[in-house]
Amino acid sequence: MARWQGQLIRVDDYRWKIPENYKTGMRVPGLIYASQEMLESIREEQTPEQVANVAFLPGIVGYSLAMPDIHWGYGFPIGGVAAMDIKDGVVSPGGVGYDINCGVRLLRTSLSEAEVRPRIRELINTLFLNVPSGLGSEGKMKISQKEMNQLMVEGARWAVNHGLGFEEDLDVTEEGGCIGGADPSKISDRAVKRGLPQAGTLGSGNHFLEVQVVKEIFDSHIASVMGIDEIGQILVLIHTGSRGFGHQVCTDHLRIMEGAISKYGINLPDRQLACAPIESSEGKDYLAAMACAANYAWVNRQCIAHWARESFSKVFGKSPEALGMKQVYDVAHNIAKIEEHTIDGRKLKVCVHRKGATRAFPAGHKDTPRRYKEVGQPVLVPGDMGRCSFIAVGTEKAMADSFGSTCHGAGRVLSRGAAKRSMKGRDVVQELENRGITIKTGSFPSLAEEASQAYKDVTEVIEVVHQAGISKKVAMAIPMGVIKG
Amino acid sequence: MKRAFEIIDHVADVGIVAYGKDAKELFSNAALALFSLITEPESIEEKLQLDLEVSSEDMDSLLVEWLNELIYLFDVERILFNRFDIRSLTRNELDATCYGEGIDSMKHKIKLGVKAATYHMLKLEQNGDGYKAQIILDI
Repeated sequence: MARWQGQLIRVDDYRWKIPENYKTGMRVPGLIYASQEMLESIREEQTPEQVANVAFLPGIVGYSLAMPDIHWGYGFPIGGVAAMDIKDGVVSPGGVGYDINCGVRLLRTSLSEAEVRPRIRELINTLFLNVPSGLGSEGKMKISQKEMNQLMVEGARWAVNHGLGFEEDLDVTEEGGCIGGADPSKISDRAVKRGLPQAGTLGSGNHFLEVQVVKEIFDSHIASVMGIDEIGQILVLIHTGSRGFGHQVCTDHLRIMEGAISKYGINLPDRQLACAPIESSEGKDYLAAMACAANYAWVNRQCIAHWARESFSKVFGKSPEALGMKQVYDVAHNIAKIEEHTIDGRKLKVCVHRKGATRAFPAGHKDTPRRYKEVGQPVLVPGDMGRCSFIAVGTEKAMADSFGSTCHGAGRVLSRGAAKRSMKGRDVVQELENRGITIKTGSFPSLAEEASQAYKDVTEVIEVVHQAGISKKVAMAIPMGVIKG
Repeated sequence: MKRAFEIIDHVADVGIVAYGKDAKELFSNAALALFSLITEPESIEEKLQLDLEVSSEDMDSLLVEWLNELIYLFDVERILFNRFDIRSLTRNELDATCYGEGIDSMKHKIKLGVKAATYHMLKLEQNGDGYKAQIILDI
């Protein structure tokens, strides 16, 4: 692909603007968060073009934003954030992505590296047995159609009511683990058929469950509010989404919106940006269906967290409570949310699309959970399996500058094929093992696709959002054991 | 003979470029490309057949919907196909009989879990030699 030749105007050390006149049809400028060093690979990948394309969408306000982990996506770039005025704006399924409410959940423990390392293989094997994972994996829960309808509406609470987890988990889950307005009548039979067998499964691809060790604490006060007290403490990170269910919901509604673009006279540079006015029947139906898929994903992470706790209990012979396995937080990083933001001094209700981006609300915000009212909403940023993950919090500056949003991860730099080729003849499992990381996977080919060099270094990504002030870094952890789908 | 299809490697995902002397052959080759990504096509036997009807707004989106139909059957009914008899094809309607068999984990190695055909960078062209299409798949 040719290098992107457009203009990127420096705003400050970490922000680059694509002027509104770059392309006829842009309604707002584009704005990319990145360091000078990252710009070259961003240009190489042509992603600024996608940022400019998103600026075509009706009702977009402020900027078409991209986080430093930006990479090429379908229509919208991954790492893209776009807010549309709910009065005259659109909602776009492509601005959420196929894996609706793909997200991350973090559990803390009171265990130390010294206690876990000698038993890591046993622990990983137990987790692998208890958490269904891999291509086409089926869940161990048998769910009826009626229960499926309930869980779409109730979200994570459905799982808690069925004995999977604790009430307090819901307090530290984005939206309490349930987006309102979910309407199962907007879900196709096909989506239900794809969703039923996959509820409570990790899936494949870049989804994982990691046992991590805290390596660095940048802000000990905020970390202690999260229950992260010392270097060497063990954490558990779960990364998964809505599986085939979310995919089918996205596919179904993209098709409906494909038909709606001409009806509403919307002009788009890429068909994958298909959208409809938020207030139209197509827009409302999508948001009601998206909520069902988002709630399904929260059930998924709730179940997996419960089985992770059970696995620790089994290996260490103590209850999850005795092991201090409290949930730190759960974030969605593929989602559209109706939120209130101040734009040019005006309070506006907007639909914020976050595709590969995380909500980052500050201390004191009404939607920041009670436990974090003083410090800000936790932001969980997983890296790739060979490197590290970060924990941060949202800030006032994120509210002012990025619709309360920040980065979501490392961001892919190599195609899956190229990653596989780069690992040819190398033993990924052994290389990780040499670095003290035990891995278990159902699919070895996909393991090579997820090798470290396929991703940007998450440390550079977090540095940009930290320096730009849209998040504040709190702690860093490295993997000790990984279950890869 | 001209190639039936090629696999393209994309940073975020994977795509296919399919060819055909006419639109029917193009649709058949795109489906073959899809299943060649999922498993080894030689491992699929013709043990069952299924009639499919797909409709859409135009031929570009019909191609996407056709592949999404097959992905759905793979994901839910666990069926792999290796032959497609496109009986009729207009710009917005397709009628086909597909031949294949249910997934047998002893026999079929599933290489890739394709989850959706996208509209992203979708191209369908007709030239002197016939048809050519590019489709990016989400995996």
